Amino acid sequence: MTTTTTAPSTAETVLDARGVTMRFGGLTAVRNVDLTVRSGEIVGLIGPNGAGKTTFFNCLTGLYIPTEGEVRYKGTVLPPKSYKVTAAGVARTFQNIRLFNNMTVLENVLVGRHTRTKEGLWSALLRLPGFHREEKASREKAMELLEFIGLDSKAEHLARNLPYGDQRKLEIARALASDPGLILLDEPTAGMNPQETRTTEELIFAIRDKGIAVLVIEHDMRFIFNLCDRVACLVQGEKLVEGTASEVQGDERVVAAYLGEPFEGAPGAEEAAAVEAAEAGAAEAVAAQADAAEAEAEAEAEAEAEAEAEAHSTTSTDGEAK
Amino acid sequence: MTTTITADTAKTTPAPDKGFIPLPEKTARALATVGGALTVLSAFLAWTWTSAFPGDLTVYGYPGGLQWLALIGGALTTAFGLASYGVKGFRWLAPSGADAAIKLSALAAFAVIWYTVIAIVVKLGAIVDLEPGAGIAALVSLLAVIGAFALPFERPSLEGPDPDDTGWDKFKHEAGNKWTTVKASFASGPATPARVLPSWAEILLIAAVLGLGLTVFTYGITTPYQELFIGFLITTGFGAAALNKAGLMGRVTTLTARHRNVALVGAFAAAAAFPLTQTDDQYANLGVNILIFATVALGLNIVVGLTGLLDLGYVAFLGVGAYTAALVSGSPNSPFGVQLPFWAALLAGAAASMIFGVLIGAPTLRLRGDYLAIVTLGFGEIFRISMNNLDGVSGPDITNGPNGVANIPNINLFGFDFGAAHTIAGFTIGRFANYFLLMLLITLIVVLVFRRSAESRIGRAWVAIREDETAAEAMGINGFRVKLIAFALGATLAGLAGVVQAHVQYTVTPDQYQFANAVPPNSAFLLAAVVLGGMGTIAGPLVGGSLLFLIPNKLQFLGEYQLLVFGFALIILMRLRPEGLIPNRRNQLELHPEAAAPTVLGKAGV
Repeated sequence: MTTTTTAPSTAETVLDARGVTMRFGGLTAVRNVDLTVRSGEIVGLIGPNGAGKTTFFNCLTGLYIPTEGEVRYKGTVLPPKSYKVTAAGVARTFQNIRLFNNMTVLENVLVGRHTRTKEGLWSALLRLPGFHREEKASREKAMELLEFIGLDSKAEHLARNLPYGDQRKLEIARALASDPGLILLDEPTAGMNPQETRTTEELIFAIRDKGIAVLVIEHDMRFIFNLCDRVACLVQGEKLVEGTASEVQGDERVVAAYLGEPFEGAPGAEEAAAVEAAEAGAAEAVAAQADAAEAEAEAEAEAEAEAEAEAHSTTSTDGEAK
Repeated sequence: MTTTITADTAKTTPAPDKGFIPLPEKTARALATVGGALTVLSAFLAWTWTSAFPGDLTVYGYPGGLQWLALIGGALTTAFGLASYGVKGFRWLAPSGADAAIKLSALAAFAVIWYTVIAIVVKLGAIVDLEPGAGIAALVSLLAVIGAFALPFERPSLEGPDPDDTGWDKFKHEAGNKWTTVKASFASGPATPARVLPSWAEILLIAAVLGLGLTVFTYGITTPYQELFIGFLITTGFGAAALNKAGLMGRVTTLTARHRNVALVGAFAAAAAFPLTQTDDQYANLGVNILIFATVALGLNIVVGLTGLLDLGYVAFLGVGAYTAALVSGSPNSPFGVQLPFWAALLAGAAASMIFGVLIGAPTLRLRGDYLAIVTLGFGEIFRISMNNLDGVSGPDITNGPNGVANIPNINLFGFDFGAAHTIAGFTIGRFANYFLLMLLITLIVVLVFRRSAESRIGRAWVAIREDETAAEAMGINGFRVKLIAFALGATLAGLAGVVQAHVQYTVTPDQYQFANAVPPNSAFLLAAVVLGGMGTIAGPLVGGSLLFLIPNKLQFLGEYQLLVFGFALIILMRLRPEGLIPNRRNQLELHPEAAAPTVLGKAGV
């Protein structure tokens, strides 16, 4: 895998957020955060729950107007309206999936094309010559994107009927449809199994290879450290540290505030070994680890169950009834 | 207390497949089929001895009035019965299984016959007013229903009650179970694949269906007495449900979806034929008012159904169009004293409505949800009260106050006087028929506007806004602008209809444009027509609008209870079919997730 292609620092700055502060009444959700994203870069944003990551995202995309500070996209200040931000070239996905559930997969992507198409009401009503041409071009572009994320065979399905992983992908495709120069992904792998996470990872690399800069919020550390050229850690609304994956991973403050100390002793070490083995790309190792983990989990569950049975043998039926 | 089951009340196993009435399946099926056939025959008997009951049910050998409806119910039962036996030539009737259709059509015949019998007794005062024929009809239709409900059906698996429940909870649970069972008895299976027909045959089929539709509609609109109209409602209600359960409605939908333009042209040709089937102008009057109401409902569907904006003052836009037309068309009450040609009045009405739409929309469309509903409700009332007050006493004399703008001249288009009767190719077309045809043209425009805008970039933006406004904005849609376009477009279409309405009715008064009233059009009825018919579809508001106009018009004996009955009917319908009479396929999936979900949808899901 090509995880180590660091972007040259001379690359054009796509996103430049300076001193972004967001206050809700007395609560400062984001305090004086600076962040830059250069073209061809994947930047990660991590931090504990409630650290202000999504609020910061909302400031970037015009959903909130930052109390202080400014956000520039390719040198121009972003307007404080989310549809204008999208038109300028910054697309986003949402933490909790927000697809247009009762539209088809294709229509969802077509909605994403909105800013890049021009036909208005008159053109639609009178079916002017440009209408069919533009409609056809939009459809082709949308199908291309669906092919890119691997949902072209489900183009006519309702978005609500897609499995969870596909819904996440469709959200990304919908965001890509606006031809962005920067895409903001808010927890793109939340709730995914390891395999789906893997595909998403590859998808994000592919997006980067299209020349689109990526800013991603995620809690899955392995995913973040695999993916990102740079990682910033947000804690209580403030940027604690920014740097390469290993720098952030090693930073004491980040460990204290978010990552936590690894356990002393056997399980941690074993796990680390397994991770390393997996990353070496040996499929058998992955399987073995999964098996081991499963066995471990089973053993643990059994032990727990027994303990619980002993402890609450008299009240267990009641507990179940509830 | 939650209703989770405790360990000792396991799921009761579903009862073996049997009907509600313990009869062997063969007997039941035979009883239903033969009962249906006998019902057909009984319609040829005399049901009463005097012609005091309308419709002349006194003749042996020839059915009259309500007997025709009984005959249709019986014939449907027999046909579905034969289809369930797999008799050649009848199998096409029931692609989704015939049993539910047998039940519903037997109910249709039963209900209409028993209604007639009771109506005769009530109207004429005694049971002796019945001829034996009525008794026979009542008996055989009862037999058919018994047979139909003895047909076995797949029992749903039910959960037993929670032993800890109180009596009321238990009762609720039992009632819920019974309801599930009843629903299961009317369930129909998936449709068998349709035979592939050549395209001309499909178009012929569409034409036949449209012809049938026109016949049914004309029959309903021209029912001369209310007993017949009630019978008509019963028969068409159960009959349509039977055809739907048999899978025929699904077939027709597939056909019309495949030949959309043919279906559209055909439907309008059929509608245009309606005034030609009439000998006097009375029902064309009803027809043109239905068209106005249904067209306005379709315009509202852009605002409510597509964009999801709850507009409770929509009738005001109809009023703006009507008042504008009235004031510029040469009414003696108009202070302007101009008489513009019709096309100019039409443009003026539409433009005035659009301007009002923008004026109302611009400040309010920044609000979401309930706020918008309240503001539009307020605007609707403000419009009516302002028109009331512009009478020279409380304000400048423009609209002649509560007396309205009267004596609006008839339209004269290229020398064609809409006020006079014309004879063309042997058909006499009266005043209302003229207006009917004109209004039909406007309806066609509105249908085209709806369809074309819905299937375009702007239409997708509307639906996206309805689905999730925040996400839509994040996709680069200027929500306010797009909503304003929808609002203004809806207003413009209502204005078009208003212009015709002013001319049809001679007089425009403020009282025609209330929020809620016993007679349509009013904002509440318009919204009900959209919801009842089916949000986001073209046919839905047209059908819903026709029904909502026709029913209060025909059932005037209800008097002041009309709104009460209307409310009950609406509750029952929303309980049984929340997606509306002609559902958008997407809504259907949303509200009935358990129904087989053909995930693949066609264009616009209509």
